[in-house]
Amino acid sequence: MGAKMVEFNGWDMPVEYPASIGGGIIAEHMAVRTGVGIFDVSHMGDIRLAGPQALAAVQHISMNDASRLAIGQAQYSALLYPQGTFVDDVIVHRLGEDEYLLVINAGTREKDFNWVRDNTRQFNCAVENLSDEFTQIAIQGPKGVNLLQKLTDANLSAVKFYWVTRGRLCGLDNILVGRTGYTAEDGFEIYIPSDEATSSRVWNEILAAGKEFGVVPCGLGARNTLRLEGKLPLYGHEISDTINVWEAGLDRFCKMEKPDFIGRGALEKARAAGVKRTLVGLEMTGRGIARDGYKVLDSGDREIGYVTSGSPAPFLKKNIALAYVPTEISDVGTAVKVEIRGQGVGAVVVPTPFYKRPKKTS
Amino acid sequence: MAYPTDRKYTKEHEWIHVDGNSATVGITNYAQESLGDIVFVETPKVGAELSAGKTFGTVESVKAVSDLFAPASGTVTEVNGELATSPEKVNKDAHGSWMVKMTLKNPKELDALLSAADYEKFVAEEAGH
Repeated sequence: MGAKMVEFNGWDMPVEYPASIGGGIIAEHMAVRTGVGIFDVSHMGDIRLAGPQALAAVQHISMNDASRLAIGQAQYSALLYPQGTFVDDVIVHRLGEDEYLLVINAGTREKDFNWVRDNTRQFNCAVENLSDEFTQIAIQGPKGVNLLQKLTDANLSAVKFYWVTRGRLCGLDNILVGRTGYTAEDGFEIYIPSDEATSSRVWNEILAAGKEFGVVPCGLGARNTLRLEGKLPLYGHEISDTINVWEAGLDRFCKMEKPDFIGRGALEKARAAGVKRTLVGLEMTGRGIARDGYKVLDSGDREIGYVTSGSPAPFLKKNIALAYVPTEISDVGTAVKVEIRGQGVGAVVVPTPFYKRPKKTS
Repeated sequence: MAYPTDRKYTKEHEWIHVDGNSATVGITNYAQESLGDIVFVETPKVGAELSAGKTFGTVESVKAVSDLFAPASGTVTEVNGELATSPEKVNKDAHGSWMVKMTLKNPKELDALLSAADYEKFVAEEAGH
């Protein structure tokens, strides 16, 4: 489609689409916030756990409490190392009585699958890597439900956020459709057979069905600015194998009251010892754009932390960033500086998420 | 596209329009297209000394920071203040959006720069990769 392409963890992916078809990072970002945008997210991985002890297996490796999931329900979680740091973040979907689907990041497909397989051997459950079987397409934005409903017999208005359903879609039977996404907007992710013919047919049918809503194909550039505005973590930035759950501020997805899971012991100790650094949201007050890896300085120009992700925010029209700083100076309103090409530029700690989608009243 | 013949070009995609001993500098249409939405332009202050081939500022898109390279040596006499508030003007009209005006220290430096025709050829080869 004439997109600017880039290599991403072994995948050839679009950064942004041509302006001539309504693309460009800013236009794509705004389409998702006000209408609908679609993403080919097939690079994401899929691991299926099924069997009599599938729940026990998931509970062992995932920090959230999967026993709360009804069939058809999903939750955000993470796989942790024994040190309480991140293997990856994940969305856990309960597809059946004893069947769970973990959707994981592209860059960590092999690592995650090996980790899951190696750490669930003691449970009576099959672990399958289904990553190559699915093409995954995300349809995101307030008009996403209107677009997708045209293409499926599943009743999408009955699907609550973070729930899934199955239905006939674009002539394909029993397609998994989840009301999930990585944009901080309402939207869906669909999982279709990964053969080239099916994938491109469905992609084009979605584009055609979305014409009346001004649908725009979106690339990695907008994917990043959208998730950043919503403070959604990106592996390798806000979360990694050297960052723990408390530092990353993901407490509410970590159910310490669960009997046991990998990483629980270390997290208990870390919490008791006091959390030294904290992920905060920054808004630039001076003229400049904070970017990934830039240093955060205190008022005396001493280095105190670093930016994990930083960018202009197209919807908010501000320059924002997420950064790790010492816990004692993480309060909202704290003034700091970000070092940009040798100069300290003013920034302030702000509440996060930077953006929250408006509540639908109907 | 046909690049304006009233100016010269660099391989780093800047243009320089000469008027006597002064010159105006900006970036080319190819540059703005490659960059995507431009959100920030950082230029030197009036009085700053520019050195041919050395960086003199930055232009930022949503995703990336790109250096601006001086096409010629000289002193900055004026800076386009509009770009501080409306950097997107560079996307809309790259050849009409000047960034700095300068006096030229050594006009002969321009002989080494590309003509519109040569720049067009250069860009066609770049785009072909």
